[in-house]
Amino acid sequence: MNIEGVLFYFFAAILLLSALRVITARNPVHAALFLVLAFSTASAIWMLLRAEFLAIVLVLVYVGAVMVLFLFVVMMLDINLDRLREGFWSYLPLGATVGLLMVVEMVLVLGGKYFGLEHLPNPADPGAGYSNTKELGRLLYTDYVYAFELAAVILLVAIVAAIALTLRGRKDSKHQDPAKQVMVKRADRVRLVSMPSEKKEN
Amino acid sequence: MNFTMPNLLPAYPEMFLLVMVSVILVLDLFLPQALRYVSYVLTQLTLLGCAVLTLDVAVLTQGQVTYTFNHMFVADLMGHALKVAAYIAVFTTLVYSRSYLSDRGIWKGEFFALVLFALMGILVMISANHFLTLYLGLELLSLSLYALVALDRDSARATEAAMKYFVLGALASGLLLYGMSMIYGATGTLNISEVAHAIASGQPNKIVLTFGLVFLVSGMAFKLGVVPFHMWIPDVYHGAPTAVTLIIGSAPKLAAFAMAMRLLVLGLLDLAVDWQQMLVILAVLSMAVGNLAAIAQTNIKRMLAYSTISHMGFMLLGLLAGVVNGNWLNAADAYSAAMFYVMVYVLTTLGTFGMVLLLSRAGFEAENLDDFKGLNARNPWYAFLMLLLMFSLAGVPPTVGFYAKLSVLQPLLAAGMTWLAVVAVMFSLIGAFYYLRIVKLMYFDEPIDTAPITPTLDVRVLISVNGLAVLALGIMPQSLMALCYFSIKAL
Repeated sequence: MNIEGVLFYFFAAILLLSALRVITARNPVHAALFLVLAFSTASAIWMLLRAEFLAIVLVLVYVGAVMVLFLFVVMMLDINLDRLREGFWSYLPLGATVGLLMVVEMVLVLGGKYFGLEHLPNPADPGAGYSNTKELGRLLYTDYVYAFELAAVILLVAIVAAIALTLRGRKDSKHQDPAKQVMVKRADRVRLVSMPSEKKEN
Repeated sequence: MNFTMPNLLPAYPEMFLLVMVSVILVLDLFLPQALRYVSYVLTQLTLLGCAVLTLDVAVLTQGQVTYTFNHMFVADLMGHALKVAAYIAVFTTLVYSRSYLSDRGIWKGEFFALVLFALMGILVMISANHFLTLYLGLELLSLSLYALVALDRDSARATEAAMKYFVLGALASGLLLYGMSMIYGATGTLNISEVAHAIASGQPNKIVLTFGLVFLVSGMAFKLGVVPFHMWIPDVYHGAPTAVTLIIGSAPKLAAFAMAMRLLVLGLLDLAVDWQQMLVILAVLSMAVGNLAAIAQTNIKRMLAYSTISHMGFMLLGLLAGVVNGNWLNAADAYSAAMFYVMVYVLTTLGTFGMVLLLSRAGFEAENLDDFKGLNARNPWYAFLMLLLMFSLAGVPPTVGFYAKLSVLQPLLAAGMTWLAVVAVMFSLIGAFYYLRIVKLMYFDEPIDTAPITPTLDVRVLISVNGLAVLALGIMPQSLMALCYFSIKAL
């Protein structure tokens, strides 16, 4: 086994273990941190595949931005873990059986028999001056421009949906409208009432 | 590095739609609530414009199959027909839901924007010739629908329905993607026509392909809502505001049909032996569970949800009768029957949910079967329209539902699957019970709710046209049938 193989199995093992910990960790902050680890090792595996751009983007976008935001949200929310785990043991037998069956089936199909190196050989070394980023950019903006635009529309929908579902003009908020404050007249605020004088009671 | 500008002509409707959604989205911000109808009118005009453009594209491409965007996008006759049907469905939906929405405080600009985005997802799916665009269209549609279901924010039921829809929908998308990746692994391409070529060459490994196919069919079955992937349908139909239920129940079914056609028929026809067997199981289970469970419902939205499940199962019968022993002679008949069925189903669903919307008013949801009691005494015309719609769903001649069922059964018999046809007819008979129960409630029971039914003029006209179209198409189904036949033939 060459050094690439050793590295691959090393990273793959860490990836699987951390992915497992993401769903088994009791503490949601730990789970999020394990997810960060999983992303980092995944990006290392991509690096082994010579997909440098994707590897760096994964670290920058997912680890750097998304997961940090996620951690932030997890820390702000008060998640009751015991309620989340209710019914875990009663669902486990069925879930585990289905999961195991699927794993066995996948191993049967996805083993080396059909997807081994002899079926999908390594692509030829593109040489020193080859830029992964440039090639990706070229494809993205020419051949796949339609899909690229659609992805942008999906993001737009996400923005519209998020705003529509969360933004409320709250009635109990105490924000002030400067324009209204400036425009106010004396008559709006002060009411002069003429009252007859009353005799003071002792 | 040479780049040729793609031919934009076939995608004109999509581009127009995207521009108009953006315009409506921005314009709506500056409109006070009293002028909200401007967004509504613009939305309807957009649909009209899209319809004109689609017909224009159909004429300019002379109905030929035209590819663009590096073969990711295809414009063909089936696509044009389904797109126009989708415009009509969304147009009708918006007219029906106008007063319902304003009564419930969801008469908002976001509603129109999300509906148009959903429509855009439908269009993208209909004319997808690439796994990637198919998936992106599906996500565009689903994301908009999740948000629409949750749009009534203060309703706990709607929020729960949206949550269920979202979680299960994400799972289904995962299954679909996994299937696509397997097929990519076997054939080395994501382009649907190239996948078909690769499989025809016999090069790709059969086991990997079948493995991918299982996931693909599961993901698709989920989107169609057929048993055993139907769990979300009753809860979402019930929980969503009725106007949104109408949106979910109508136009997306056309997209799901297009997806099935593009993936299974155009991409994986050589694997028909495998997927037809899977569809047999899905179809029989859906017809059984859908029709039997619908009997037990007292809520009309839940009842119609189960009825959807059974109808989608029936539609699958058309898709699975195409290829017999490797012989494609039956294909055009069978697939055009399925297309006819799905169009008729959408037309009838528009009417039935339109009627539910019609009987609802501010602070009152006409969603129980009891609310239909004595409709004849309250308003004989609407009772008659509802009778036509129920007859059509049950498949009673001379309504169009009968011809839809008949046209699906014919290729099924021609394919020699007599037992399946017998099962289908049997379950349709069982299903007739709960449709006719509504007719009985309307005509022979005393009304419980006696509030007058006062829809606006456009709703009155449109629902009458909708109900009568079910009858008229039943008497003269040839034109729509011919349209479906030529659309499928031209593929």
